[in-house]
Amino acid sequence: YVRPQGGAQDFKKWGNSELFTLTYGALVTQLCKDYENDEEVNKQLDKMGYNIGVRLIEDFLARSSVGRCHDFRETADVIAKVAFKMYLGITPSVTNWSPAGDEFSLILESNPLVDFVELPDNHSTLIYSNLLCGVLRGALEMVQMAVDVRFAQDTLRGDNVTEIRMKFIKRIEENLPAGDE
Amino acid sequence: MFAEGSVSIFMISLILYTASCQVANKVSLCSVDTNMDVSFTKGKSAILERPLSRPKTEVSLSAFAFLFSEMVQYCQNRVYSVSELQARLADMGQSVGASLLDVLVLREKNGKRETKVLNILLFIKVNVWKALFGKEADKLEQANDDDKTYYIIEKEPLVNAFISVPKENSTLNCAAFTAGIVEAILTHSGFPAKVTAHWHKGTTLMIKFDEAVIAREKQLDGR
Repeated sequence: YVRPQGGAQDFKKWGNSELFTLTYGALVTQLCKDYENDEEVNKQLDKMGYNIGVRLIEDFLARSSVGRCHDFRETADVIAKVAFKMYLGITPSVTNWSPAGDEFSLILESNPLVDFVELPDNHSTLIYSNLLCGVLRGALEMVQMAVDVRFAQDTLRGDNVTEIRMKFIKRIEENLPAGDE
Repeated sequence: MFAEGSVSIFMISLILYTASCQVANKVSLCSVDTNMDVSFTKGKSAILERPLSRPKTEVSLSAFAFLFSEMVQYCQNRVYSVSELQARLADMGQSVGASLLDVLVLREKNGKRETKVLNILLFIKVNVWKALFGKEADKLEQANDDDKTYYIIEKEPLVNAFISVPKENSTLNCAAFTAGIVEAILTHSGFPAKVTAHWHKGTTLMIKFDEAVIAREKQLDGR
């Protein structure tokens, strides 16, 4: 992977979601052909998202110059207001905090991944945008946070809003490689 | 004789196409469902009610780059050769092109479809490229020695901007994806062709039209 040349300017210049939406659609269609059932496709989407997240975090930190977050609430704000805005051009709202402050929801008013998408009847259990969960999980793991991410509601499946539920599991201790002390 | 037949069939399909667009429009405007084809009325889809204007959200180039590179890697893990990998990318491109064609014809050409080879190629060079990549394609050329062959040349295609090709696979060109898009658009517009991506002056997409397309074109010119 080579970072786009020209940096921040090139990054902004394109500003087009159609190719992205259609390409994602082509990918999901291909996965549905390659795997036998929706669960397998969901898993594969999550895995691909994870791979993206692991690499995206570095790109994100470099471009955003966001510093270390002090708590999970700050992390939630950075994800919604900086990361989503930067990559997908949308700003989800952060709501439904659990009393312990370890769990919240991202409500997506619009989702560029699902523009003009309809799920056929025989794919009722497909979590179409599951890639996003993988991206969030992968990216946060790289900054030592283990989180559980899943879709709680999805407009594609008839819900009124799209809701991603995120739960903080634990801080990952940095493991020094064996023999490197 | 043969060529004449194929022209008239082509014209009929054009008329049918416009007619079906009008039907779709009516459905979305007033949701009348009497006497309509079942597929139009099934499930009162909200999508049919939506305008076809360009989406307002701006997804970043990085987001696309990450998605595309992950796609390439996914394909790579499931094939044994460079040509298989390119074929898979082209397949996915075809599905993008097929979805994009109708919306572009309606949005930018007011539902009017092209009937001449040069016009459809310009449509791709200008309209399709702008919709996908935010710019026109660098060059459109015709082969000197062959009236079936055209080239769309892109010095630095967006899809290759983030991909470093390993030395042992130096023939791999991920613009095979774009070739798939172009092939689908041509074929679904009634200009069946084979499109392949090559490393030449940057990246060159080689378009080879079916014999019948050129024969039809000559007949249209003769009128």
